[in-house]
Order: sequence, then C-alpha cells, then structure tokens
Amino acid sequence: MDLKEKLVSSFMAFEEQIDVNASLHDVRTSAIKNFETKGFPTKKEEAWKYTSLNAILKNDYSVFPKHENAIEFAAVKKYFLHEIDTYKVIFVDGKFSSFLSATTHDGIDVCLMSSALTKPKYKMIIDSYFNKIASQEESLTTLNTAFASEGAYINIPKSKVVEKPIEIIYFSTGKENALMVQPRNLVVVGENAHVQIIERHQSLNENPVLTNSVTEIFAQKRAIVDYYKIQNDVQSANLIDNTYISQKQESRVSVHTFSFGGNITRNNLNFYHFGERIDSTLKGITIIGDKQHVDHFTLVNHAMPNCESHQNYKTIIADSATGVFNGKIYVEKEAQKTDAFQQNNNLLIGDKATINAKPQLEIFADDVKCSHGCTIGQLDESAMFYMQQRGIPKKEAKALLMYAFSNEVIESIKIPELKQRITKIIATKLGVNLGFDL
Amino acid sequence: MLSIKNLHASVEDKEILKGINLEIKAGEVHAIMGPNGAGKSTLSSIIAGNENYTVSEGEILLEGKDISELAPEERAHKGVFLSFQYPVEIPGVSVTNFIKTAINEKRKANGQAEMPANEMLKLIREKSELLEMDRKFLSRSLNEGFSGGEKKRNEIFQMAMLEPKIAILDETDSGLDIDALRIVANGVNKLKNENNAVLVITHYQRLLDYIIPDFVHVLMDGKIVKSGGKELAYELEEKGYDWIKSELN
Repeated sequence: MDLKEKLVSSFMAFEEQIDVNASLHDVRTSAIKNFETKGFPTKKEEAWKYTSLNAILKNDYSVFPKHENAIEFAAVKKYFLHEIDTYKVIFVDGKFSSFLSATTHDGIDVCLMSSALTKPKYKMIIDSYFNKIASQEESLTTLNTAFASEGAYINIPKSKVVEKPIEIIYFSTGKENALMVQPRNLVVVGENAHVQIIERHQSLNENPVLTNSVTEIFAQKRAIVDYYKIQNDVQSANLIDNTYISQKQESRVSVHTFSFGGNITRNNLNFYHFGERIDSTLKGITIIGDKQHVDHFTLVNHAMPNCESHQNYKTIIADSATGVFNGKIYVEKEAQKTDAFQQNNNLLIGDKATINAKPQLEIFADDVKCSHGCTIGQLDESAMFYMQQRGIPKKEAKALLMYAFSNEVIESIKIPELKQRITKIIATKLGVNLGFDL
Repeated sequence: MLSIKNLHASVEDKEILKGINLEIKAGEVHAIMGPNGAGKSTLSSIIAGNENYTVSEGEILLEGKDISELAPEERAHKGVFLSFQYPVEIPGVSVTNFIKTAINEKRKANGQAEMPANEMLKLIREKSELLEMDRKFLSRSLNEGFSGGEKKRNEIFQMAMLEPKIAILDETDSGLDIDALRIVANGVNKLKNENNAVLVITHYQRLLDYIIPDFVHVLMDGKIVKSGGKELAYELEEKGYDWIKSELN
C-alpha cells in the first residue's frame, strides 16, 4: 500500500479515535477528499518542478505513533534556547510532552492545539481562525488539515507584549522505523500585541522522518510578529513547511528561515494582506552540502494599497546539494503604492552544486515600486587571497566569507541569544572554530 | 631577508614577469616604481603566493629558504605581509576579531599557544594608537564602509600587529590624503628595524618623501631596468618613465 492509500484509508479510524466537534468533521472530510483527488505533488506541477518527493514517499511511515515516548531534558537541552527564559510547547513523536513544555494561560494562551480543538472555551477562536487562511486547494496542506489534531496554539490578546519568546519544538525519537508527523499550529496575535516565536523540528536519530507541517498566523491591526524557523535537522529528516500569514492594517510580520540540515526541505511561505500600511519581511539563510535539497517557495500577495514587503534570501550550496528559490510577488489592481523588494543571493561551492532561482513578479497595479535582484556566484578569490595573506587558512577563510555573505540576514535577528546560536550553528556547519563567536 | 632570483611568471599564458632579480637585506627599504601595467602588483602578489599566477622559473627565498611552493597563509606565517591596494570588506567580522584570528593562526602555525586575551588587548591598544585609530573603528566590520584612507590605515595596523619580516606595501599611497599618508608612513617608519625589511611598490614618488628608500628600482615590461638610490625616484618624478625608455633604446 503506498503512502497516499495508507493515509486515506486510515482517515476514518483517525477521526474515530479523536474527540472532534462536528464542524471540524466537515472541514476534515472535505480536506481528505481534496488530498485523495490530488495526491502528493509531482514534478509535473509548476510549483514542484524542482523538488521531487518520490524518493521520500517510499518509506513505510507510521502515521500514528504507537507509543508515547519520553526523552530526558539533558539529552535535548542543546536544541532549546536555554540561555534565556522562554515559553515552550514541545512535542515528542507528534505527542505533546508536558514534561519538556512550559505553557501558560496567564493573560495569553500558549498551549496545545488538541485542547483548543476540543475545549469549548476556545471554540470561538477556532471557528474564526482555524483553516481560514490555509489553502483549501493545495494537497499537502489539505492532507495536514484532514489529520490536524496536535500542535501549538498561541493566542495573544489585544495590546499584550509577550515578554519572552515562545519555542515550539517537534522532536522525533526514531523509535519508529519511519515516522510521519503532521503538526498544526495556530497563532493569533491581537491588535497592538507583540510576540516572538521560534520553531524547530529535530530528529534524535537517523530513522527517516517526514514532517508535513501547517502553521496559520493571524496578525491583527498593528500587531508585531517575529517568527524564526530553525531547520538544522539530521540528514534523514524531511520537512514540508506550509506557513500561511494573514495580516491586517499596519501589522508587521517577519519570518526568518534558517535551513542548514535535513534531507529534503520545502518551505511554502505565504503572506496575505488584508489592510493598508502592512509590512511583511521574509528572510532566509540556507547553507547545505552533500545531497541536501532546500526549496523556498514564497508568495507575497499585495492586495491593498500602501503596503511593503522585504525579501532577502542568502543561499550557500556545496557538494551535490540543490537549492531552489521561487519567490512570487503578486500585486493586485487595488494595491497602489506597493513597495515590494526581493533579493536572492546564491553562492555555489563546487562544480556539482545547483541552484534554481525563479523570481516571479505579477503586477496589476500601475503605481508601485517593485524590484528584485538575483545573483549566483562563487567565492570571491581575491577575498580568499586577502585572508590567506593574513595567515588565515583556506577552510577558515572560506567560512569567514560565507559568514560575511549571510551577515545581512543574521544582523536582522532580533533575539540576541538566537543570533548567537545561529552563528554557532553556522560555524559548526562550516566546520570551523575561529576562536570567537563570529 | 628576501631574495628573488630570475623570477618568471605568467597568467593565462601571458608572461608578466620576465626575469626579476632583487636582493633585500634586513633593515633596508626598497622601492619599486614603474608605469601602469609594468608588473608591479603582479610581483607583490606573487611574493605573497597568489595562486592565480604561474611561476615558470626562478625562486623566491625568505631568509635563505625557498617559499615559492608555499600557500599564501604559510608564507604569512613565516613573516610575509602584503598591504593590499584594494583591501577586502568582510561584513560581520570586526577588525579586532579578524586580527585576533590572524595572530592566533600565525602562532598556531609556529607552535605557539594562543595569545592571552589581556596581552592581545594591550597590543591592539598600542598599535591602534600608533596609527591614530579611533577605538570605535576596531569594533566595526572589517573594511566595510571604510574610506580609502581608513582601509590603508587598517592595513598598516594589521601589519603592526603581525610584525612581519618583509612588508610589501602595494600602492599604499593611492587614495590617501596628506594627513593619512603621514600617519601611515609614520607607522611604517616606527615599525621598521634592523630585523625586518620593507618593499614599497608605487607609481608616484610622493610616498617616498615619507618612507625614505635605500634603493629604488624601476620595473618596466616585467623586468627591473634600472636601480639606484633615493635620488632615482626624484629623477623619475621629474622626467617621467619615458626618459628611461629612451635611455634603454
């Protein structure tokens, strides 16, 4: 039985085992039907031209983990931003780990999707927001919707500034031979509220994992959301991240995606505007080697006047790795005075490294400022010579140059400890110890 | 200190250096002058080990040992320093962190332990004062947004920190106003002693008013065509390079 059949046939059993309200039943049923019709995306589809899921779909994934697996904090501490106090919503093999988590209902809700989906007090929010911005068409998103039962639920009321960052981490223990998980996160940020969120997916051994994650983020008027995705997983882990962001008037949402690890990683990042003077920021650093594959597929849908979007993706590809950047900016007729900027810089290290870069601008308004720049280059030899001349060996000189290349994005990380962590991950990834934290 | 014997070098099959001979002793300052395209920068690049050039003949000896097969960083560890005409910008890496890395890599290569932090700080303070550098300057990203003068001053600061045996200054005077020129030259003069040597590569005589050479060589079409004392620089300034050309013909 292939994975699609397995998922479709297990849907009824899944619905029976979870306690769901009737309104969600209809949502799920139509979602699984959509998935059943469309199936997993293939390279024949324009949006998946450069990324094939074929190889990873062949694994015999457990779609519902059989056991609840516990892990010791000490064993996973390094994956947390432990230098500072944070709220934590932690999952192990798809199940919530109360032991590793630090949730709250004190003025804000930082808790579980499973409670939000089942408890009456969250019904209003769920009815208003759940599956409201996520695609009803895209097959992987609907697959997630059909099985959506667990994930992080974050609701920040009006004018609340959340004092500490929220960490959402999905661990896979590898106790299953192969595991498929489908986290579903919902983030609702009220008027004038401000929150910082860090999301991470981490396997703890080499057994294959396929994560098909959907996150919906709603930023109300003047809300500020800073979202950071750390993708530094082991090389048997595959991640399809579908993030949908709905922004109202004068809200500011930024998403940083750091893609360093994993086998196949696909980021579908979608911004939708529902108000004026909105600011959207999409930034990313990708550093990959071996046979890794990272695909950034972004959409900024400018639907209203006077909004801005800023995209800046830096990609370094070594060995036989492949990168994809497909950045779509869509400016609707009404969206006059749009200021949309997109930059994508790629460094190829070695003859077998590949990047497919495709900026896509579709503009239907006539008074807009849209620009994009895409570069593909190699390490600057004169810069290498300069550093070597100062006694810095080739490997370290390369690392410094790559760091300098991605520096613009690193500098925009607003949590200092996270910035430090990312630079450390980069140094480790590049295999250097320079005697200072870059 | 540095002796270059019958050096031939080419880039992409084009011969640029056609048999250079140069003998620089400890404690000496040599200047190489010449018109654009004579091979001046090529010569300095090759001494420092730039792999874009192919050395087809001849040798480069540092304190009697051939270094022509060594990687640029190995030459640096042995005491070769090249002040670049166009220093490279490295965003996100501060001047301080860069020079710390450079110093400790050199120490590591020479079997020494890393320089203790307080000693490093003291040295940085001392050398930055010598170059009249602002403290704020040291925490800025290396060369990023630096003016031409700041870049050159930063090169000489690094030279002061690394204490090379042979310092090659490639067109260090270009882009410098008179104050910066004075500071840079003053820095070089203070660093010079009987155990090291300086090779100044320049198109104009201006820098040589401040860094007084013991010997001046004229490089033309890949060869040293004339050598003399510091008065040769003035003669060139006055008469131009055509004078040498006609003298040669």
